[in-house]
Amino acid sequence: MTRSSAASPASRPVKISCRNLWKIYGTPPDRAMRPGQGPAAAEFARQLRAAGRVPALVDASFDVHEGEIFVIMGLSGSGKSTLIRCLTRLIDAEFGEVRLDGEDLLAATPKQLIDIRRHKMGMVFQNFGLMPHLSVLENVAYPLKLQGEAKPAREARARQMISLVGLDGREQALPSQLSGGQQQRVGIARSLAVEPDLWFLDEPFSALDPMIRRQMQDEFLDLQRRLHKTIVFITHDIAEACRLADRIAILRDGRIIQIGTPADLLLRPADDYVAEFTADISPASVIRVGDIARPGQEVAGARTVAGDLPVEALLTDIATGTTDFAVQPAGKYGGGGLTAARVLRILGRHGRQDDETAAG
Amino acid sequence: MTDLFRRPGLLIWSVAFAVCLALVLLAPQVRWIASFPRALQLPLADWLNAGLNPLFETVQPIGRGFATVIDAPLRLVRDLLLFVPWPAFAVAMFLVALRTAGRGLAIFGLIAQLYIVAVGYWTETMNTFAIVLLSLPPAVLIGFGLGVAGHRWPRLRAALIVVLDLMQTFPAFAYLIPLLILFGFGPSAGVIASVIFSIPPMARNTLVGLREVPAVIIEAGVMNGATPGQLFWTAKLPAAARQLLVGVNQTTMASLSMVIIVAIIGGFNDIGWEVLSAMRAAELGRCLLAGVVIVALAIVLDRITGALATGTPRGVVLMPDRGLLTVVAAILLAGIGLRLALPGLELLPRGLGFAAAKALDRSLLQFVGWSDPVFSGLRDALNYGIILPLRIGLATAASPMVWGFALQPWMVAAYAILTLALAVVLAPRRPAAALLILFAALILYTGLARFPWPCVVLIALLAAWRIRGVGLLAVVSTALAMILLSGLWQPFVQSLYLTAIAVLFCVLIGGAIGIAAAENDRLSQIVRPISDALQTLPQFVFLIPALMLFRVGEFTALIAIMLYAIVPPVRYVEHGLRGVPPHLVEAAVQMGVSRWQLLRDVKLPLAGPAIRLGVNQTIMYAISMLVIAALVGTRDLGQQVYIALGNANAGLGFVAGLSIALLAIVADRMLRRN
Ligand SMILES: Nc1ncnc2c1ncn2[C@@H]1O[C@H](COP(=O)(O)OP(=O)(O)OP(=O)(O)O)[C@@H](O)[C@H]1O
Ligand SMILES: [Mg+2]
Repeated sequence: MTRSSAASPASRPVKISCRNLWKIYGTPPDRAMRPGQGPAAAEFARQLRAAGRVPALVDASFDVHEGEIFVIMGLSGSGKSTLIRCLTRLIDAEFGEVRLDGEDLLAATPKQLIDIRRHKMGMVFQNFGLMPHLSVLENVAYPLKLQGEAKPAREARARQMISLVGLDGREQALPSQLSGGQQQRVGIARSLAVEPDLWFLDEPFSALDPMIRRQMQDEFLDLQRRLHKTIVFITHDIAEACRLADRIAILRDGRIIQIGTPADLLLRPADDYVAEFTADISPASVIRVGDIARPGQEVAGARTVAGDLPVEALLTDIATGTTDFAVQPAGKYGGGGLTAARVLRILGRHGRQDDETAAG
Repeated sequence: MTDLFRRPGLLIWSVAFAVCLALVLLAPQVRWIASFPRALQLPLADWLNAGLNPLFETVQPIGRGFATVIDAPLRLVRDLLLFVPWPAFAVAMFLVALRTAGRGLAIFGLIAQLYIVAVGYWTETMNTFAIVLLSLPPAVLIGFGLGVAGHRWPRLRAALIVVLDLMQTFPAFAYLIPLLILFGFGPSAGVIASVIFSIPPMARNTLVGLREVPAVIIEAGVMNGATPGQLFWTAKLPAAARQLLVGVNQTTMASLSMVIIVAIIGGFNDIGWEVLSAMRAAELGRCLLAGVVIVALAIVLDRITGALATGTPRGVVLMPDRGLLTVVAAILLAGIGLRLALPGLELLPRGLGFAAAKALDRSLLQFVGWSDPVFSGLRDALNYGIILPLRIGLATAASPMVWGFALQPWMVAAYAILTLALAVVLAPRRPAAALLILFAALILYTGLARFPWPCVVLIALLAAWRIRGVGLLAVVSTALAMILLSGLWQPFVQSLYLTAIAVLFCVLIGGAIGIAAAENDRLSQIVRPISDALQTLPQFVFLIPALMLFRVGEFTALIAIMLYAIVPPVRYVEHGLRGVPPHLVEAAVQMGVSRWQLLRDVKLPLAGPAIRLGVNQTIMYAISMLVIAALVGTRDLGQQVYIALGNANAGLGFVAGLSIALLAIVADRMLRRN
């Protein structure tokens, strides 16, 4: 795993983490076998494949910090759903550990697990997972009903959630009477009804057409600005990942090959595969000014800009002759000095492995 | 034939053919080849009886007690149904039918009830309805419970499916015997038989419904913190509700079918008994009048319960459902009140039905007399031309008595040479077909009934082993050993040949209809409702027309079996052909195929799996009809079951019934290639 960017909210406590997680489909492997790490893990996975088993998750380790949007990104079949299902214990990993708030999640009893799911976790599914026989209102109130909450209370809460996702007036509709986008809003409202700290979303927008998808992404970011959840978000769309993520983990054949901010992936791809992935992304919109500013190199009289602006916001100024910028720290983005020449060089060289490290 | 040694299957089958040919040639000289030696037979049925009877006797008091327990609610339901004046019942039924299945069925139901009253079968109909009503809840509950258990414990599921297969293929008459011994003659045994018979569809649909709940719904439930119990009741069960209601529909129809059949025990004055006794007295008119009642009852029950499952948009909503229920209850109660207030009230017309039956009888007899030359001609032609040769073979059919000439040696030689020539011509390109022709020619020569038993055993064992492996081989050997040892070989062969002929004709005729219906929308619109209706009818009903046209006898049984078993090929062939992806048809048309080539080279091969399933179903239908058809005279295993029922011989019933069940299960496993 590559180091995480200095700009990430690494200072905040870890919400959920996993270490050396393995999921193997097919006949279960011998318990006595110990998969190694690094090259040994790769060798172990190779042996499993040769034996006709499917190592869907290979030695996955990462931390997700509180309030972070952690995106897991990979092609179809790369093991994204498997990973999220191991984190929620919908399926059990063969090896490795998962910790939630520092507690060993794999050691939780079925009862504790039910409790954790009732109060700490929410999940949105790619295919919505709505109960076809329940109305919108009943679907959103469903998790509360399972907890035995009284009808008036749970319906009041459900109405609140429904209006949060902008579905007022459709409370009595059945899922089959809603469009895909509306159904996914119901899914989102339901997953938020119990006010979870930890929010899992498994390709929530993949089933939607591009226009709606973009709109839902905006609404999602807007929601997160208000709710500050810890989010594990799955997608196979790199543009979506770059728009939403604080950090992205790239998954290939079950292995995490890089973890970093969107800018990290663009500026310092771990290998050709990652570079290939990000090739179609416009760097000017993903890389933030703070990502490439050089701390302590401010020039007097430079134009002041906020660190969280996308680089593309500087292009007009550069075109009209501005040569130096003073970047102010903003949120997780640091500050420093930035020259127009550096901006243009980075945008021009993006994707090349031999680039100097942008921060150095 | 160079292929022969590259494909071990071909080699094995060639050797098998050589052995069979040798056995056929030796059969006239060696007695034990022609028929299984009597000395080796074992009185399996008697042993079973010796073992079972003491058991029955000890359990009998419990059984009899249980029977009285069932009897009380049965009488209550029946008396209550009969106490409601029929007009009140008819109006209530009209409203329910209107709400669930729509205007058409509501009117049909009303006419049906008027008819039932007019011909004087109200009491009989209500008696039948009462048994169905009473056997439905236990069947649904037990079936549901079994399905849930099978879903919950996967290891149980495999065993459960075998048990369900056995329950559905084991002829009801056979388990009626121990029931009668245990519970005594009377409707209670009928209720229990009907419950047993109607459990499997509910259990199967529960299994399927629960299995097919989308994974994402289950995951959503789990992630929302459902306990296992909550997950079942709030997520899985509602998601499976449709399939469960399909189960209720099928269970209702199975129950009705069974209630009609067990009328054979008698003693409950129900509509099945009416048909049966009319049949025995050869009163065709009465038989037909009562048969129509069964048909109407089946259609109404099927459409109403079916509409509950599919939620057809055809239902007419007059008022909210709760209000409707209140109105229906009010009408029924008002009827009861009226009856209480006016004890002398007699609403059922008397004598009308009797007169109708007599009149119908006369005209039917006239029709039968007038049409007899046609139908008996047809019967004789088919009998002597096709069926008899298939049974006793060319070797025996070609005699002065049957065909008017004796088989000359040169004819046999010509037959053999022709067959061989055909096989040799086919062998290089289609060796399997060549082998098939050789076997067919051999069997046609001796006839199915006289094909030496070691050959049948050899072919059956080889087929089981080659197609399904050692497991089925074990089942087939056990079954054949049981049949041979218990001396049931001849009836078994009769069953085999009845089934084979029925299936052959059904697949040919039904397949042709199915192809025609797939190619012609107009025809399809006519065929579909007919096959829908045929499929809902209790098996028993199919005896009536067969009996009317062809009198008692094996041929009539064959016709009855075919009437019942012809629906699957019609349906599956049409379904398969229409299911061929349009883009493939377009591609073929683009290449310039003729309509016939399109059918032969594209559609039929692609429809293969559906057609295979149809053939499988045809066999199952035909075998399940064997015992019912025995009522009109056969000499097969079904007749053995029927005889056992008459003599309360539980052992014989069990052995013969098990043979039929195993025949069905083995045929099913061999055809269901997967
Ligand atoms: N129940 C299972 N049994 C066997 N193999 C499985 C099972 N579930 C998933 N796999 C395999 O594990 C691998 C990863 O699957 P997973 O569903 O995690 O992929 P994904 O990245 O979520 O893909 P998608 O984008 O298509 O949802 C795939 O090769 C898949 O075939
Ligand atoms: Mg997935």
